[in-house]
Amino acid sequence: MSDALLSPVVGGAFWSGSLGIIAYCARKLKKDLDEKMVPLMGVLGAFIFAAQMINFTIPGTGSSGHLGGGMILAVILGPYAAFLVMASVLTVQAFFFADGGLLALGCNIWNLGVYPCFVAYPLIYRPLVNAESSSKRITIAAVASGVVGLQLGAFSVVIETLLSGRSELPLQTFAIMMQPIHLGIGLVEGFVTAGVINFIKAARPEILESTSSARPLPVNISTGKVLASILVMTLLTSGGLSWFASTNPDGLEWSIEKTFGRRELPARESRIAPALKSIQGKTAFMSEYGFRGPEGAGESKGKPAWPVTDAGRSASGVVGSALVLAAVLVVGIAIRALRRKST
Amino acid sequence: MFDYGYFNLGYLDTLSYKDTFVHRLDPRAKLGATLLFIVTVVSFPKYEITGLLPFFLFPTLLFSLGEIPVKFIMKKVFLVSAFALFIGIFNPMIDRKIAFTLLGVPVSGGWISFLSIMLKLILTITSALLLIATTSFPGICHALQKMGIPDIFTSQLLFLYRYIFVLVEEAMKVARARDMRSFGNKGKGMKAFISLTGTLFLRTIERAERIYQAMLSRGFTGKLHASRPYCFSGVDAGFLAATITALYLFRVHDVVGAVGRFSVGLF
Repeated sequence: MSDALLSPVVGGAFWSGSLGIIAYCARKLKKDLDEKMVPLMGVLGAFIFAAQMINFTIPGTGSSGHLGGGMILAVILGPYAAFLVMASVLTVQAFFFADGGLLALGCNIWNLGVYPCFVAYPLIYRPLVNAESSSKRITIAAVASGVVGLQLGAFSVVIETLLSGRSELPLQTFAIMMQPIHLGIGLVEGFVTAGVINFIKAARPEILESTSSARPLPVNISTGKVLASILVMTLLTSGGLSWFASTNPDGLEWSIEKTFGRRELPARESRIAPALKSIQGKTAFMSEYGFRGPEGAGESKGKPAWPVTDAGRSASGVVGSALVLAAVLVVGIAIRALRRKST
Repeated sequence: MFDYGYFNLGYLDTLSYKDTFVHRLDPRAKLGATLLFIVTVVSFPKYEITGLLPFFLFPTLLFSLGEIPVKFIMKKVFLVSAFALFIGIFNPMIDRKIAFTLLGVPVSGGWISFLSIMLKLILTITSALLLIATTSFPGICHALQKMGIPDIFTSQLLFLYRYIFVLVEEAMKVARARDMRSFGNKGKGMKAFISLTGTLFLRTIERAERIYQAMLSRGFTGKLHASRPYCFSGVDAGFLAATITALYLFRVHDVVGAVGRFSVGLF
């Protein structure tokens, strides 16, 4: 996922969802924590980075792959700790590799953390595998959960992009592009994960026993309560953010239109409405230069207004753009020059 | 080898320990400003282009005041733009309605929204990278902790960061040793990978145990403390206030349009 494809509402909603789960996991771990877990989690997170440095050739294709991480962490650390580690791996990636960006980080933690740790692991891996399972069984379980986790993650990317309304890709086309690729990736990742788990089991079985089977099963805790609180938080944040989004006609309004059949929520004359209107007035004046035309006729399909601008306006827009960019550049160069002089 | 070998992680880390005005700001102020900046940028509607341009002032100021090499950061931005580029390029293919003609060339709505995505991409990614290039990672962890992220998360995030440098270097050695012993793609298959990674994992676990013992003997109680006390000073508040004001003005007022009309009016 990438910042540039997100709207603030979608980004904020997934951020609050991910933050909620981080807080929940932290509380859960604090309850039955030996401090040994903290260094172990950190070092295993670094291990995921290290393992990604070693790539391998995928049989039959010649292209190369590497270890993804979510599933293997869940198997070794249990879902709560694994989720925190996965979130921190993604955080480091977002900061240092600028992978996606900081707003998209909430989505990425959700897509790559929640599905393997809280869907694939408790619903597929745990029921299939226990301490006496054969390596074949482990392989089947790891491949199945790897595939399911990645399919859900990929589909979530599609949904997030669609809700944000920055891309023109329709649901079907996008899904057809994403799902098969991630089916392949999921299969390969599942096999590699299974291989590493079996390797560990053969060499030091006590690691798997001490970590995963000692952790409480996530199924018997009140999943409903967790889900409900996440849902409430998500709704609250999107509600809070929607005043922000109501200045732009896509994203949220697209989904509102889907549910209510028209652009605005039916009853929305609250106290903030006048303030909003004034902001909207100002932005509408601005957006003429942002190549967004007057809204109105032919709006039945829920697409944002077609950009309509006349030549005179776009000319002054182009001139203005060039001048603003030049000014920014001059400021930067001037500061550089001044600094060099002073040192 | 490490500085340039692993996504320039080491080099970014070195940059973050410079001592300039931007580096001295409190991490909370910088993190807050960067997040607000990103949210403001992506809040622009799909067909917005001109409204985004004044926002280049923020990265430009950070580049020049923080003395960060522009080429280095932009190269990284270029490298990670693949996904958004790949998704965005469908916009001009699908949305072919002509929006307006510029100097006789018809421009479709799809190209405008594509350009908008690219501008947003550059702005958001650059500002994220600038944040890390001007703020040390422990500083960011500390800021996160102060902002209410659970202790356990920030502590193990710090651990993770410390040990990336150690473990990745080890993994690079392992990979190099394997590459020297394999011919073409022979020996680089999944089987070798699994036993290499497995061994690396076992060594990692043993290392984690040793680290834990060493920490216990130095009085570790489950919490990490920052060696450098951060305090949120007036300068930090000023920086944050200035950023918020500028973001608000650029978001609500049409700077480019005003400049354009003014200069066109001159002639």
